[in-house]
Parts: sequence; structure tokens; C-alpha cells
Amino acid sequence: MSLQTSRVAPIIGRATAVAFMLVAIASAANGADIPLDQRRSGYLDLGRDSKAMQDDDTINPATLWVQDGEALWNQKAGAANRACADCHQDATVSMKGVAARYPAFSAARNGPVNLEQRINLCRSEHQQAQPFAYESRELLALTAYVGRQSRGMAIAPPDDDRLAPFVEAGRKLFNRRIGQIDMSCAQCHDDNWGKKLAGSLIPQAQPTGYPIYRLEWQSLGSLQRRLRNCMTGLRAEAYEYGAPENVNLELFLMWRARGLLLETPAVRP
Amino acid sequence: MGKAKPGATRRAVMLGGLAGGLAATIRLEPAHATPERMRVAIRTVVGEASIRKGRVDLEVPPLVENGNTVSLAVSVDSPMTATDYVKAIHVFNEKNPQPNVISVHLGPRAGRAKFSTRFRLADSQIVTAIAEMSDGSFWSASADVIVTLAACVEGI
Amino acid sequence: MARPLINVPAKVKRGQVFEIKTLISHIMETGFRFTTTGDKIPRDIVTTFSCSYNGEEIFRADLYPAISANPFFDFFTVATESGTLDFKWTGDNGFAESATAKIVVE
Repeated sequence: MSLQTSRVAPIIGRATAVAFMLVAIASAANGADIPLDQRRSGYLDLGRDSKAMQDDDTINPATLWVQDGEALWNQKAGAANRACADCHQDATVSMKGVAARYPAFSAARNGPVNLEQRINLCRSEHQQAQPFAYESRELLALTAYVGRQSRGMAIAPPDDDRLAPFVEAGRKLFNRRIGQIDMSCAQCHDDNWGKKLAGSLIPQAQPTGYPIYRLEWQSLGSLQRRLRNCMTGLRAEAYEYGAPENVNLELFLMWRARGLLLETPAVRP
Repeated sequence: MGKAKPGATRRAVMLGGLAGGLAATIRLEPAHATPERMRVAIRTVVGEASIRKGRVDLEVPPLVENGNTVSLAVSVDSPMTATDYVKAIHVFNEKNPQPNVISVHLGPRAGRAKFSTRFRLADSQIVTAIAEMSDGSFWSASADVIVTLAACVEGI
Repeated sequence: MARPLINVPAKVKRGQVFEIKTLISHIMETGFRFTTTGDKIPRDIVTTFSCSYNGEEIFRADLYPAISANPFFDFFTVATESGTLDFKWTGDNGFAESATAKIVVE
């Protein structure tokens, strides 16, 4: 759907500006990693009111989804008539640290799965229930509720050799030029973070708070939704939800953000 | 909006050259609120009474990261007693499709003439808050807000 | 699906002015947006929010499309007696939502 006011003309203007910027940037598509001690969460660049929105659960719109997630956690579902709670008991205990170490390797899939996919695997395998659609209210609510239990913990990608080739695949995607704008993630988020693009600050793109309440969406959304926005912004065809490319990118981004603290559910512009 | 600008031809060529779906979203902007329409909307609420500047504190961030969700806090200097209180606070804008934002009705039981909410701003513009007092007087404050759009927006 | 999120202090002193925060899930579709095929998306907003304290209205807001999705309100009232705060939201397409919160005044 389009924006509330048609802003096509300025977006084209931005695209032109970015294309010219491209010429000026004499860098290879491969960005240099941000030094570990210079990495920072997008939270630090929020305006005062947005920070306040994130810091206070009583006024953070994401809390509406977390509440729903808690209800779903306790609700029996599927042919097995089982709730998440029946296996996992109290989420505040059993889910602590889980979101901080996802995506993780799934033997069933012989590759990494993100938290959304892990929840859906549980639904189909253990609850014998229909998996939730990507970006559905239910899946976002459960992911927000589970993710909330890791708030304040350091992002800790699993030390699993089986993930290595997928992290590498994600790194390649991050450094690959795409779209009609013909730029890579790295060119903005490794090489030019902290500078402005058409009036907006370029963040480092550390996924420290997903799923986030994005002011632009006026809704909660996943990291994959955000990645798809970025790809559309570069005039590239975005990967489908759940596509291996998206999961590999997520895996790489979480590795890139290792050690930063999780803020789920965060507020971002 | 809609005025011919230098480079418009170049833009048209660029637009034509991009993925077909883009062209389908080009359309005329709906008529927007203007400073004049805001004045009319204010008069509809206030009538012929004079509006004095002061007593109203309008808190909006001067620079907004995203126009979809802008924090707004309005407070009015009033003792909020049974005989001297704020009856209503009305908020208006200049450039959204509609000039009204919200009308809040209070009374002595409020204790404090203050409320906060979140609202939308379609463009950089002036926001005005008008307080209607129990004695029939009107007071106002305005704020100038710069709205930036997020880069890499969804859709086209 | 989501319950309204209400936040009031657990206990207040008589005569004290206390803060109430409310947040509900609502898309607040402005009626000014279009689909990619040019069709107007119809307006769907909350139009009124009110709060009553032991039956007496203490706050009322008329909302316009300019209010953001998931409407949030933060307002004040004087603690009189212990009792119930009633919150009501009404809007387009027959939208109606309500919530209550207990208030203890000592």
C-alpha cells in the first residue's frame, strides 16, 4: 500500500541523489566490518520521545503484541490440543536467552531457522496445528513475547560449526550490490553509517530489537519485513518471507551484532 | 505540489524507465489543509472570540523522525477549580489533508489541564493548540515541526 | 484481539492528581490512502474516547484521522473516592471497545 501522502517525486529525487552518491563513493562492494567497539544500536539515534516510548512498557505500542503473545502461549492449539506452556511451562524462565541465540541450526531443516520458523515448526510438529503466516498478528505476537524474555541479554549466536557456511552466505549477500540503485547493504551500513541519506540518519543496521514497532509501519514487524523494505528501497526484488537468503542474512546480521544487548520489542523510525 | 519544476522532464523519463508498477501510483494529490483552512477550522470552533497567545504549552519534537507517529503534549496554565478551569483543548495543523487533530474535553475533575497523545504530520508544518476556558476566553500556542521521512520505505 | 493497555497507579491519596495512560490496538485508517491500483482505502478510525470515574465523565476526546494508529492517551484526574475507571472507545464501522480499572483512594 502507498504512503498516506503520495511521496513518489521526492523518493525518485532520493534515488537520483543516491545514484550520484554511488559515483562519488570509491569503494568496493565489500565493506570493511565495523570495529567491534564502534558498533552501536539504533536506539542511541532515536529522538527523545521515541526512546521514551521504547523504555516504558506502559506506553510502548509493542506491548499490545507482547500481551497477545502471552495469551497465545497459554492457549491450547492444534490436533494435539497443546499449548506452548504445556511443554515450555513459564516462558519467563524457559525462553530466557532463546531469542538472543537465534537463528539457530535446525536438524529437521538441515540449515538455520529464525525464531518465527522455529515457532512454526513447533506448531506443526508438536501442536499439529497450522503454521502461522509470516507477519500475521499471531506470529508477531508470539515472537515478540518470546523475544521479550531475552531483553537486556547479549546477542549470542550459537557456537555451531554447522552454521558457518550459512553465516558466510549471509555475509556475501550483505556485500552484494543489488537492484537498480546497484548498492550493497555494506555500502550504507558498514561504510556510511552515521551520515545522512536524504535527511535520515543511516544506522549501522544492528538488529537489536526485533520484532520492532516501526513508526513507519505503525505496527509491529519482523526483521525480514525490514530487510524486504531495504531491498525495495534499492529497487531490487525482495526475497520472499522465509526464503533461505533472508534467513542467511538474518543469521549474518545477528553474528555481526554479537555482544550487543537485545531490546526486544524496540521502537524504531 | 503539482507545480512544474526544472528537471520535471528528467524525472518523467526516469519514472517511465522504472518498473511498470511505479507509474500506476502517480496521481494527483488530494487537496490538503492549508494555513487558510486551518484558520477556518479554528474559527469554526472559536467563533468570533479573540484568541490570545499564552497559557498554553505545546510540546512537539522540533524534528520528527517519522511523520506517522509524532509525540504531542499540551498543557494549560489553569488552577482547574470548579469556577476556573479548562473546558477544552483543540489541536490543529496546517498541511495534513484535514486541519483538525483532536479535541479534548476536560473539567475541574481533571486536576491538571494536560494530555499527551501521538499524531500524524504529513509534512513539515505549524501545529496550533487552542485552549477554551470556563470564562469563555481562548488561548493558543503554536509550534513549527520539521518532518523527515524514513529512507527505504515500504512499497513505492 | 489485543486488550486495551491501561495504566493507573495502584493506590493514591485523596485529593492527589494522578496520571492515567491508555493504549489500544487500532489501525486508524485515515481514508486518505490509496491502493497501488488507485482505489481509495476507506476511513476506519476511532472517533471518540472517554473515561468515567465512578460514573462521571472526567475526560473525553474527539479523534480525527490525524491521530496515529494504536491511539495512546495520557491524562490526569483528581482522586476522590475509591472505585472504578471506565474507558470507552467508539469509532467507524461500529467499533466499540471498553475497559475498566480499579482505583484505591486512601
